[in-house]
Amino acid sequence: MTEFLHILCRELRLAVRQPGDTVLVLAFFVLGAVVFPLAIGPDAGLLQRIAPGIIWVMALFATLLGFDRMFAADLEDGSLDELVLSMGSLVVLVLAKAAAHWLVTALPLIVVAPLAATMLNLSNGGLGVLVATLLLGTPTLTLIGTIGAALTLGARRGGVLLALLLLPLFVPVLIFGSTAVDASLHSESARPHMMLLGAMLLGALALTPWGAAAALRQAVE
Amino acid sequence: MSTPDVSNAPFSARDLSCIRGGRIVFSGVNFSLAPGSAILLTGPNGAGKTSLLRMAAGLLPAAAGGFFWDDLEPPVERAAHNARILYAGHAEAVKPALTVLETVSCWAGLRGYGRNASRDALDRVGLATLADTPARFLSAGQRRRVNLARLFVTDAVLWLLDEPGTALDAATRMSLDAAIRDHRERGGMALIATHGTPDVGPAVALALDNFTDHEAGFASSYEPGWAEL
Repeated sequence: MTEFLHILCRELRLAVRQPGDTVLVLAFFVLGAVVFPLAIGPDAGLLQRIAPGIIWVMALFATLLGFDRMFAADLEDGSLDELVLSMGSLVVLVLAKAAAHWLVTALPLIVVAPLAATMLNLSNGGLGVLVATLLLGTPTLTLIGTIGAALTLGARRGGVLLALLLLPLFVPVLIFGSTAVDASLHSESARPHMMLLGAMLLGALALTPWGAAAALRQAVE
Repeated sequence: MSTPDVSNAPFSARDLSCIRGGRIVFSGVNFSLAPGSAILLTGPNGAGKTSLLRMAAGLLPAAAGGFFWDDLEPPVERAAHNARILYAGHAEAVKPALTVLETVSCWAGLRGYGRNASRDALDRVGLATLADTPARFLSAGQRRRVNLARLFVTDAVLWLLDEPGTALDAATRMSLDAAIRDHRERGGMALIATHGTPDVGPAVALALDNFTDHEAGFASSYEPGWAEL
């Protein structure tokens, strides 16, 4: 646990000193959500219908932006060697990295999501469910992303490869995240979708850190 | 093949082989380190000095052979091995955005050492006045000193140092050599890759070029001319 907190502190401190990464992700997310109404036109009904999908797709793309530097910076400057040799378990390292990554990229995005959703004319009823699905779904994205980030370490054009690798894996989260919001807009229960999102989160939490840890061990060889 | 014969050695390597990129870098390497002893790894570029150190650290699996603590004991588990070694590689592992003290104390914290130990260590490497300076303002030699400050924090028995004197000025290099001698007097061991002749006390030299299989190797068939350079 102390190891987890040490890594988390280190990552958060780095993120606060270099806020550019977070700002970039946020700007990409908001701008992406803004250009849709410009292209589609001011049809309020249509915008509301596609709003959950747009917000979720943009959240997914924005999350992808941060993954390529998750372990790469540590590999390049030699920190990864030291971390691998100092940690009792690499699973703890992966979990701490994922937690920090979620706090500095996904959480700010969830905070501004209601703003972006309002621009897309998503009604108040949908906003609460949207935030809830993002809170449940984005940690799953981050956890799956750790495997991709660890596997593509040392690869040329790792960022593009990462997107190709991760997008198919993100699809289930995308489907249930946006349909939950959709269901609430049609006065149906979002509960089953939310429960599936929760199940995916638990599954990812149980499986991905071990996969990413194995990939990290390969990467330092 | 010269095998340093030291009985009752706490750390030894048996029949080590290294294959990198399909090429045999070295094979059949044996050595043992008794408490207080040191081995200087020498050899031309590409002889496998860094690979051998990374193997000893447990970062790189050996193609054949292995490492043993207490001679006959089976290899210890990873966590126990990690606690006994300190690996200082080529890369300094210094984050530009963190201060000097934060860099050292983050590493020390992971290993269970306190913040005071880090301050003392910075004192030892002459960086006490720069403790709160972000590492991006450090010179190459100062970054190396930040990395080597870990030597004064840890109580690891085996130091694995990959050309530790790189970028250091003469005075710092001398105090580094003194630190290695101190470490050995306390019963510590050191495996040092070097191109120079550090003054670390009596040490066995392990020349890795003796082990290269020149028939199958890259070294014999490659004669650099000006065109390649």
